[in-house]
Parts: sequence; C-alpha cells; structure tokens
Amino acid sequence: MDVVELSRIQFASTTLFHFLFVPLSIGLAFIIAIMETIYVVKKDEAYKKMAKFWGHLFLINFAVGVVTGILQEFQFGMNWSEYSRFVGDVFGAPLAIEALLAFFMESTFLGLWIFGWDRLPKWLHALCIWLVSLGTMFSAFFILSANSFMQHPVGEVLQRGRLEMHDFAAILTNGQLWVEFPHTLFGSFATGALFITGISAIAFLKKKHVDFYQRSFKVAITVGVASGIGLALSGHEQAQYLVETQPMKMAAAEGLWENSEDPGAWTAIANIDTANKENTSEVEIPYLLSYLSYGKFSGSVTGMNELQERYTKMYGEGNYIPPVKTVFWSFRVMAVLGGAIVGLAILGAYLYARKKLVQSKWYLCLMVIAISFPFIGNSAGWIMTEIGRQPWVVFGYMQTEDAVSANVTAGQVLFSLIAFSTFYIILFAVMVTLFVREIKKGPHHEEEMIEENHDPFMKEGQHAIS
Amino acid sequence: MLSLNEFWFILVAFMFVGFFFLEGFDFGVGISTKFVARTDAERRAFINSIGPVWDANEVWLITGIGAMFAAFPNWYASMLSGFYLVFVIILLALIGRGVAFEFRGKAKSPVWRTTWDWVILFGSIIPPLAFGTMFTAIIQGVPIDGDMQMRASFSDIVNWYTLLGGVTLTMLCFMHGLTFGTIRLMYDLRDRCRQVAKKLLPINAVLLVTVGVATFFKTDLFTVHGNLLEYLFLAGIVVYLFLGYFLTRGRDGWAFFSSGLVIMLVTGSLFIGLFPRVMISSINEAYNLTIHNAASGAYSLKVITYLGLTLLPFVLGYQIWSYYVFRKRINHKEHMEY
Repeated sequence: MDVVELSRIQFASTTLFHFLFVPLSIGLAFIIAIMETIYVVKKDEAYKKMAKFWGHLFLINFAVGVVTGILQEFQFGMNWSEYSRFVGDVFGAPLAIEALLAFFMESTFLGLWIFGWDRLPKWLHALCIWLVSLGTMFSAFFILSANSFMQHPVGEVLQRGRLEMHDFAAILTNGQLWVEFPHTLFGSFATGALFITGISAIAFLKKKHVDFYQRSFKVAITVGVASGIGLALSGHEQAQYLVETQPMKMAAAEGLWENSEDPGAWTAIANIDTANKENTSEVEIPYLLSYLSYGKFSGSVTGMNELQERYTKMYGEGNYIPPVKTVFWSFRVMAVLGGAIVGLAILGAYLYARKKLVQSKWYLCLMVIAISFPFIGNSAGWIMTEIGRQPWVVFGYMQTEDAVSANVTAGQVLFSLIAFSTFYIILFAVMVTLFVREIKKGPHHEEEMIEENHDPFMKEGQHAIS
Repeated sequence: MLSLNEFWFILVAFMFVGFFFLEGFDFGVGISTKFVARTDAERRAFINSIGPVWDANEVWLITGIGAMFAAFPNWYASMLSGFYLVFVIILLALIGRGVAFEFRGKAKSPVWRTTWDWVILFGSIIPPLAFGTMFTAIIQGVPIDGDMQMRASFSDIVNWYTLLGGVTLTMLCFMHGLTFGTIRLMYDLRDRCRQVAKKLLPINAVLLVTVGVATFFKTDLFTVHGNLLEYLFLAGIVVYLFLGYFLTRGRDGWAFFSSGLVIMLVTGSLFIGLFPRVMISSINEAYNLTIHNAASGAYSLKVITYLGLTLLPFVLGYQIWSYYVFRKRINHKEHMEY
C-alpha cells in the first residue's frame, strides 16, 4: 500500500474512533447540565445524584474524546501537509478559534466542575457544566465550519497557488455548515439520550434502583424525542441542500446513474454494479425521490453519468464518481437507524406517560440494543459525507491523492497506523470495562463508599475516594 | 508598529512558552509521582494538585499548534510532517497520560494503579524530552529543501546536542513540578519536594550551562540579534541563583516563580533566536521558513487577530480564576475527593 492509502486508512480510523466519543460527550454534557439545573431550581438531591452518576460516565468518555481529539489537530500537518499548505489560510482559522474558544472553555470549566462540588455555590457549579456543554457545541460548530469548507468551498480565492480566505463571514454562514451543524448536534443529543435510556432500561430489566433510573429516563427521553424530531427534519433539510450543491454525492447516495424521471422514484435497495455503471436490480418507491430532493412530488434528479460528463468538462479527464456502494449503503444505514431512533423515542415517551414503561420488557430490550444505534448512525453519516466527497479533498480544488505529505514515507505511516490502532483498541477495551464497572456500582455508590471508609479496619479506603 | 506576521509569531511563541510554563509543572508533577511520592495517597495528592488544571494547560499546546496552522500554514505543514515520528511518539505519550489521570482512580487493584502510574511517568517524561529534542534540532537546522519539504535523517533529529536539549527541558520541568509541589502540598510531602529540588539544583545548573555553551557553538542564536541572547542567558543565571536562594530559604512561592521563569527564559530564547525565521534549513539559508514565506495572507491574519484578541482576555481570565478557586493546598493525610 502507498502513502495515500495508508494515510486515508489512518485518517478514517482515527477520526471515526474519535467520533464515537464526541457525540456522546456533547449529548451527555447537555443532559447533565439539564439535570443539575433541575437540582438547583428544585433543590431535589435526587437530581444531584443523577448529575453525579451520569457525570462519572461522561468523564470516562470525555477523557477518551479529548485525547483522541489531540491527534486530529496534528494529523493535518503530519499526514496531509500538502493539503495544509494549500488550504491552511482558510482552514487553520476555524481550528485555531476552536482551540481558543471551545477547548479552553471545556477543559477549564470541566476541571472546576469535577473538583468544585464543595467549593463553588450551586448555581455557579451548574453554570460550569453549562459552559462545558456550550464549549462542546462551539467545538462542533468550528470544526464543522472547517469541514463544510471542504465539502462546499465558500469565501475563498485561489491565489499564489493556494486557497486564501477572502470572506470570513461567508465561511461562517456557509449553507453546508448550517445544514450539517444542526444535524450533527441533534445526532449528538440523541446519542446522549439513548445512552441514558438504554442503561436505564438495563436497570429496569434487573429491577435495580428503579426510581432513580425512572427520573433519569424521563429527562433523557424528553431530550430524545425532541432531538429525534430535529434529527429527521434537519436530515431532510440537508438532503435537499445536497441535491443543489453536491449533486454527485446525493446521486451516489441514491444509486442514481441516469437522470431520474419526473417525478422520480426512490430506490430503497439496489444491487449496484459499479463496473458497468448500473443497478442490476432495485426496489423503488414512486414519487419519493422527488419529495426527498425537493420537498414536493415533482422534479427530476441528475444522475451520476451526466454529472461525470459535466465534471470532466470542468475539471479535465478523471473519475469523479465516488465509491457508490459505500455512499449508497451508509446513507441507508444512517436513515434507517435515524428513523428507528425517532420511533423508539416517541414510543418510550408514550409508555412512560402511560406508566407502562417498566413492565414493557420487549421495549426495554430494544432500548438496550438501541444504545448502539446513534453510534452506528453517526459513523454511517460521516462515511457518507466524506466518501461521497471523493475524489476531492476540497471540492473542485484539490484531490485527496495530492493532499498527502510528500516527505513522509509509507513505512512511517504504517508504523503510526499500527501504534495508534493498538493504543485505541486498548483504550476502547479499558473504557468499556470502566463503563460496566461504573454502571454496576450504581447511583448510590458514593454514599456506600463513604460509609465503607468509616470502617476503622479498612485502612486502604481511608484516603482515596474515586 | 508590529506587522501582523510579527504579532502572530509572538503569539505562537507565547502559547508555546505558556505551555511549557504551565504544562511544565504538570510534567514535573507526573515525574514526581514516581520519584518523590511513596504511597498511593501521596501519588493521589500529586495528581490531585494538578487535577483541575492539567487539561486546560495542555490546551495551550493545542492552541499553539492551531495558531501556527492558521497564521503560518507552511510552518505547521513542514514541522509536523518533517518531525512525523517525533509527533507520533509525543501524541502516544499525551494520549496515555491523559486517560491515565482519569482512569487511575477508577479501580483499587494495585496492578491497575501501578500500570497507570507507569503510563503517567512515561507520559510526563516523553513529551518534554521529545519537544526539547525537536526544538533543539530546529535551531540547529534541519534539511529543508526549496519546496519547504523537510526530509531528515535520524541523526538530524537525534544527536548529542538535541538530546542534551531534550534532557535539559525535561529536568527543568521536573524542577518546576517540584517547586509547584512545595506550594500545593503539605507536611512531609512539601518538605520532600523541597529537598529533591535542592538536589536537582547543581545537576540542572550543569545542564543549563552546557546547553548554553553548546548552543553558542552549534547555532547562530547568540549572534543573530546582537547581544540580546547573551543578556537573556545572563538573566537566566541570575534567576537560577535566586531559585537556589529561595529554595534554601523555604520561600516556596518565589521558588516556583523562579523555576517557571527559567523555563520561560529558555523556551522564549529559542523563539527569539529563531525570529524572523520559523525553521532553519541546513541545506541553504535561502530555504529557511520565515514569518513571511510561511505565513497566511493579510486578510486571514487580520481576521484571526480580531478574534484572537477578543477571546484571549476571557481565556486568561477564567483560567486564572480556576487557579484561584483551587488555591488550597492538598492535604494527603485527609480524605481526598475524586
């Protein structure tokens, strides 16, 4: 394998791994902030316990999110230095601002939150977790503004052999950003919500601490329903935007080789033959393609073949069709799981309101499985977005194969790929173990620990509470 | 008036110097968990002394690298790809150390804790060692060609001089962590920090003088801006003597301030000596990366200047506030939270 391939594998794997933790951090920080606010307003200790218990899980997750995120900041320069030179004038600014605005906020106020329970007034302590939550959202905003530029460059000018920033406001008001950001944010809230409802479901099944988990469930399912609906609406919005601005990505996601009829039928599943550029068999739903693309039941959608011709005229000879199968199927995985999240969240809210939640075993089992849905959905969404952009790294300006570092050897990348993968696998295993431990310890763990420490025969436990 | 290029060079240098000052004592504390602490509670006390702040301190590095990317994309690209393996090692160390702080206390088994203690130790030694080595290699000059591509052999990056730089920086961080311990810990633990710091005094003095003399012969740092670096070197010696004085007199706060000032003088001199270059080519002077040929365009620099100057005061403000909130010493003989 050459440097390009290895670097792509490394970027894909480290980024996907990083993005397992990011949405959970964003979602949990937000929900914990809500819990602590209820505690401050209602002065109900149960909510403090909730904020603390979910806070433990949040911290384990956040730690892995942070350390895997450091790598992201360095990776552009290490593996993609030609890209960094070409686009740094535009791309560096959002990254620098992300660090200055978001990372400092997250890390400082998280430190205050973890160690400040007894040192800060309640409202100030709650404000700290809100600032952490806000920090995670700022972080998402700025990294997505950088990412949106790669998908749909705006506010730039090509001069001195590189892209230079011409209009910063345009970068922050990029249409792509404003469909991508809400969708990512809702996805993250849903990730946090389904994580909490899923773990609560395990507790209901085991009939442990039912009261505690019911209250947690209530907060989380409220966020779940709201974000689920937001997820669906923003997804639809984004699809319509993509048809206009990145037609190739959307055509690939729809498995559309030739231009569609008017009104167009939506291909639900298809057997795609990329070599002959056709689908050998497909299941179609009439009118739906037009609705998904334009929000109405008419309109033809341009297929990949015509787009390939158009791009060849614009950018010269080359293959401008992304890996269709990957884009097509990742889009479906994302959409189906997104739909399942919405359905399950609404159903859960209904069962909770009818006081049938704890008895509904089948639903609880489903919710345990559904913990994984947002994670898989988030990853599939990013695979569609990034693979759908290929062969470009910055659409219309630079292709991925030209972006890689010229002075780094395949051996070096292979070494780092193996090193990072090994580290990440260990990290993941440790993290899952810790999650299970924390969950098993349960929400009343801290009180038990303190009692335990009063035992004069337990010298070990005297100093350290963890 | 400063040009924006000069301003951003200063800002990047400020972030790195700030990083070495702040994360310097975090690294030192990490090293101390092995060489000063004796019991689990003492190790916990060391870790708790930086618990609320180490993560934000590390963000100084992330922001420094981010600022470098935004203001000097070619510097960012050449340095990070050129020192590829060095950065891989630094990242692995930082990843391990970051989770170790968080994970260590989650289980009580001695094997578990010892494992993470080792990760903390290596995670605290490797970054300053690698950064020190890398920056020494940069002032020594590395093979950068006319296309700004750095293709270095092993000995361009690792040789006795660069290693000396790395070891010196690591030892300065160790010292800084110890003086930090004297102002944040209590009883015998504070006393032990002082004693170990005093033992380090002569060792670090030798390292500093050797590295200074080697730099005089190996680089052009002492000649590039008149006598400026010589004055800074003299200032360093004076501060170092004060450090020794404060340590022996038990003036902990002043000792901490002095050990931090030594780190700032050393890392600051490095950037001053580089200026207006950002990376020195050992092939040809004409291939040097400078604050001009490595920089972003005027518009981009203006945008990040406005944003940076707006945000920086807030960031500094709440960071200082967080140190104020956690100003109480850590008592390792009582119950420690977290």
